Amino acid sequence: MGQASILDRLRPHVPWGLTTPKEERGRAILLATPGVLLEVLQAARQHLALDALVDLTCWDRLPASPRFEVVYLLGQAAGSDRLTVKVLVDGDPPRLPTAAGVYPGAAWPEREVYDMFGVVFEGHPDLRRILMPDDWEGHPLRRDFPLTEEAVEFKGHTPKVPSQIIPFFSPHSPSGSGGEPPPTAP
Amino acid sequence: MTELTRETLTLNMGPQHPSTHGVLRLVLELDGEIVRACTPVMGYLHTGIEKEMETRTYWQNVTLVDRIEYVASYMEEMAFYLSVEALMGAEVPPRARGIRVLMCELNRIASHLLYLGTAALDLNISSVFMYCFADRERFLDLSEMVSGQRMMPGYFRAGGVVADLPDEFVPAARAFLDEIPGRVDEYARLLDDNLIWCERTRGVAVLSREDAIALGATGPVLRASGVPHDIRKLLPYGGYEEFEFDVPVLTEGDAYARYRVRLEEMRQSRRIALQALDRLPDGPVLTNDRKIALPPRGELARSMEAVIHQFKLVSEGYHPPPGDSYVATESARGEKGYYVVSDGSNRPVRVHVRAPSFYNLQALPAMVVGRPLADVVVAVASIDIILGDVDR
Repeated sequence: MGQASILDRLRPHVPWGLTTPKEERGRAILLATPGVLLEVLQAARQHLALDALVDLTCWDRLPASPRFEVVYLLGQAAGSDRLTVKVLVDGDPPRLPTAAGVYPGAAWPEREVYDMFGVVFEGHPDLRRILMPDDWEGHPLRRDFPLTEEAVEFKGHTPKVPSQIIPFFSPHSPSGSGGEPPPTAP
Repeated sequence: MTELTRETLTLNMGPQHPSTHGVLRLVLELDGEIVRACTPVMGYLHTGIEKEMETRTYWQNVTLVDRIEYVASYMEEMAFYLSVEALMGAEVPPRARGIRVLMCELNRIASHLLYLGTAALDLNISSVFMYCFADRERFLDLSEMVSGQRMMPGYFRAGGVVADLPDEFVPAARAFLDEIPGRVDEYARLLDDNLIWCERTRGVAVLSREDAIALGATGPVLRASGVPHDIRKLLPYGGYEEFEFDVPVLTEGDAYARYRVRLEEMRQSRRIALQALDRLPDGPVLTNDRKIALPPRGELARSMEAVIHQFKLVSEGYHPPPGDSYVATESARGEKGYYVVSDGSNRPVRVHVRAPSFYNLQALPAMVVGRPLADVVVAVASIDIILGDVDR
């Protein structure tokens, strides 16, 4: 699964100084900046024939900064080329240009990332919540969004937070059971 | 003389509607019978599985992934564990690889049977539904034999599968597979000789090749629109490169083409499953790496080391090195992949499911706009969505 050559083929078309290529376990990965993101996606589409957006997602790097990493997985219809484009983004709210103009299929996954992480995709035709209710407050997949039990109407019941339900194991504590709380916002 | 006003009617189809195959709501703008706009509204089955997975250890999570695409759980587990194994660099013994492929292909047959039955039922052809579910029952029995569960098996583990096939499984699986071609021919006869089925599916819910690629459709939906795209051939995973099979492709892009593609895929899945049965090597079904897989029960009485490994794995699980991974697999509905991010602890920082139903559903408005309302039912059935997969 040698997909590294795809990075070499992309080299003439994108500002190489603003992107960092790497190869990890056979996956070709490009770290882009928000400013050159659309340029990279357009170049991948036009010059590499990566005509399908396979997946678009995000993860919260809390407590690191920049906080969010948005991940674009580009693919090829009837072909095996793959390119992962990652963008680090920060801000309140974090903003990125929409990829829906280059890949129409990005419309729904961008709504999902907005819904779950609050990343605003500027120029998106219809940026609404997609899975959570319209009047929901907060963005559930952020690391500082608490995962709590719903209160049950029994006498003497106090809702638990997940760290009480499942003890939090730290990778660094010798016993493996550190009891360290989940990360919180600075 | 008064001019006729062209008013549109907004109609809510779902979320409680038998032909939406779950809790999907479609907001339709109707001009008489003709659909002018279609807006799918999802999230009624959103259970926060991706968030839950961040609070569970890797091997607790197999319970959750089973429930995403709940009629194709073996393929779901395959996708999840391939991604976790890529992160850890775990080896899977050859026998376990064969069993995994075998169970996935049996599951694909069962999943397509479910499509065929419900799609026919939506057009009021209830006999095909009964036959398909009777056949699917036999897969559920096979699943019960290997994993103890008819659905949500929880059978795969990082580095293999949890238990070897029982003795009665191989003859039962062969008997099931031997009957598949005859049964598929019978369904094809039942439906192709049915004027209603042909009239309601031919040329209905057409998705052009360009739209299918642009909107991210995969699986049988994409292959029925003329794109020979199958991850098992293009990016072989889990040992699929060793098997011989064809990828059925049709160019019409309508509901009938999707039906024909799935029928042929059932025959091809049978081919793969028979090859897997014939070549199944002897040997262990779980890796010997004690950092990843539990030691065999018998060792616990003799070896202190085994007891320690057992304790460490059960109490805290394994710790994949920091990094992320994504392995594409071909599920019954299209490309399924898990994007797993690890920070070196025993729980994932982020698990994202690339859900084929979610992307395929995005193509629904392109299929139904400008067509009569009754075609919406056919279009939804032909995409074969699983709402657990759309909403997660």
